[in-house]
Amino acid sequence: MLKSVTSALLGATLLGAALSSPAHAETKINALFMAQAAYSEADVRAMTEAFTKANPDVTVNLEFVPYEGLHDKTVLAQGSGGGYDVVLFDVIWPAEYATNKVLVDVTDKITPEMKSGVLPGAWTTVEYDGKRYGMPWILDTKYLFYNKEILEKAGIKNPPKTWAELAEQAKTIKDKGLLATPIAWSWSQAEAAICDYTTLVSAYGGSFLKDGKPVFATGGGLDALNYMVDSYKSGLTNPNSKEFLEEDVRRVFQNGEAAFALNWTYMYNMANDPKDSKVAGKVGVVPAPGVEGKSTVSAVNGSMGLGITSTSKHPDEAWKYITFMTSQATQNQYAKLSLPIWSSSYDDPAVSKNQEELIAAAKVSLAAMYPRPTTPKYQELSTGLQQAIQEALLGQAAPEDALKTAVENSGL
Amino acid sequence: MTSTWITTRAWLLMLPLLIVMVAIIGWPLVDTVRLSFTDAKLVGTEGSFVGLDNYVKILSGSNFQRTLITTFWFAVLSVSAEMVIGVLAALLLNQQFYGRSVLRALMIMPWALPTVVNATLWRLIYNPEYGALNAMLMQFGLIDAYRSWLGEPGTALASLIVADCWKNFPLVALIALAALQAVPRDITAASMVDGAGAWSRFRFVIMPYLAGPLMVALVLRTIEAFKVFDIIWVMTRGGPANSTRTLSILVYQEAFSFQRAGSGASLALIVTLLVTVLAVAYAALIRKSAGVS
Repeated sequence: MLKSVTSALLGATLLGAALSSPAHAETKINALFMAQAAYSEADVRAMTEAFTKANPDVTVNLEFVPYEGLHDKTVLAQGSGGGYDVVLFDVIWPAEYATNKVLVDVTDKITPEMKSGVLPGAWTTVEYDGKRYGMPWILDTKYLFYNKEILEKAGIKNPPKTWAELAEQAKTIKDKGLLATPIAWSWSQAEAAICDYTTLVSAYGGSFLKDGKPVFATGGGLDALNYMVDSYKSGLTNPNSKEFLEEDVRRVFQNGEAAFALNWTYMYNMANDPKDSKVAGKVGVVPAPGVEGKSTVSAVNGSMGLGITSTSKHPDEAWKYITFMTSQATQNQYAKLSLPIWSSSYDDPAVSKNQEELIAAAKVSLAAMYPRPTTPKYQELSTGLQQAIQEALLGQAAPEDALKTAVENSGL
Repeated sequence: MTSTWITTRAWLLMLPLLIVMVAIIGWPLVDTVRLSFTDAKLVGTEGSFVGLDNYVKILSGSNFQRTLITTFWFAVLSVSAEMVIGVLAALLLNQQFYGRSVLRALMIMPWALPTVVNATLWRLIYNPEYGALNAMLMQFGLIDAYRSWLGEPGTALASLIVADCWKNFPLVALIALAALQAVPRDITAASMVDGAGAWSRFRFVIMPYLAGPLMVALVLRTIEAFKVFDIIWVMTRGGPANSTRTLSILVYQEAFSFQRAGSGASLALIVTLLVTVLAVAYAALIRKSAGVS
């Protein structure tokens, strides 16, 4: 641990020395992060402290908001003349941010070492129209978590490989009276629901857009929603899922009240922490399943990047901070709640220590990540789709009708 | 001194305030009106003139109508419950009893809480897995399984109304309590001697003193309830399936999430207009009731 801290600091100092222009008066940069999933607030603060130690002429003001507020806060600050130099952004926003010139194009700042060292799939997080608008930072997808103890009690030897098998296993668990509703999802009227839906769309080989037109109301898009509705109506899914966000799913899973749960990387080490979790040591993680004849695994690209706002008065210091936060040394040191973007990290024993299962799942899932649609009108599309999902779950509309309405309201 | 000089002096003295008001209220309002006739985006384009397009689209869309109905029910139900509970609490706290001042101070607590804190608190109370409400109802045997209060369209709005009531009834109670202090004790005593029962005393002796102040509370609360945003945004974000989406949430989505500043502005102006109509109607009522008493 001490060694890795020292090496991180050393790396940071060298990096800082290589990049910094001649010393100048103290600069203050403002950075916007989220307090939800992935790196914890404490992690981000510790990383930032290491950065300012290595760069005493820069101070970084940190602000944390829930994920639900991240987009609007960024856009509002921009609309009122700025305020943030560095912002965290989700994989679904570069199209809109690039079109509206919220973020600076940093394609030229990316070094050959970054280009070759970072996993190819991670770059899609920050790209739009062939340009790069930041550095990928949180490389994340939804995994299938399972409670080993419950599966064992139900006589299930291996976690499911297909979604159909997941339903069968959940039914076995339900029939044996181990849990009334074995599966937990985050289906609240929020982006979280779209992430679960997208995972299923990728399993069923569906797509969102074709030549810019929405096509998710048929084929794989419809199969995905049908699966959700079936799972909900059959009572295999915890009915409260429709008001859950990721943190609710984690609490339910940690209390041993779910046999299966779909969630991001961060749940693995949190659910394995005996201080906070009743299921520590019983947490299994595998890639989300596939669909026979269509896919072997499924995954949504839930990655996020760090970018420089176009209103920033200190783009150089901002970039220096971003390079530090996304550096392999920093990421390897904090690899418990979010996994690094660097390909060689996945074979580093220091990174995979005590989380071998997660790393094994990540190697498969990260390569299979399926994107949510890339369009400047993403927010509208997503809002309409969230409504469609909830209406279908509540039985207010048939899945095909709900999706048709979402297509009509998408404005595409 | 002539009356013209008095008038001139009054206006001169008010001038600094008027300038500030024009700058911080007048100008943004005028600019919002201008925006509402354009297709401007929040960032990026300034937009071009589109006439009444935004208004036509909003008023003919099903989203607006459905949201208006939701907002109406929220305002009517929460405000009427707050009025009734507020007046009852005030009557109770107006009695002489040991510990009255402690209770009076405690009653202010919910109102003093920031709305976001209140909303988070109630979200925990309503939590379908470990919420206090579910636990309590289970122990009393009123339900046989934990329920999802904010996840079902049938109970979500009602649950929000309860949370809003808990926070806002103290305001009504406070105003009513202050008004009750003005009721002369000899009149209530005299009415008791004359054999008036509790209801008649309330209706004919106390109510005339309460009517005016309560009308003010009603106006304030209705306008606030019509503009409700934060408590709903924190508790349900308009879900499930948009069953708790109010007008302000629609404005927020349109202007900030979808970044359509133009149609967002026109929607905001429609809401402002509706609230103004309410305020004017109430003002007339207040004048009428003041004339009566």
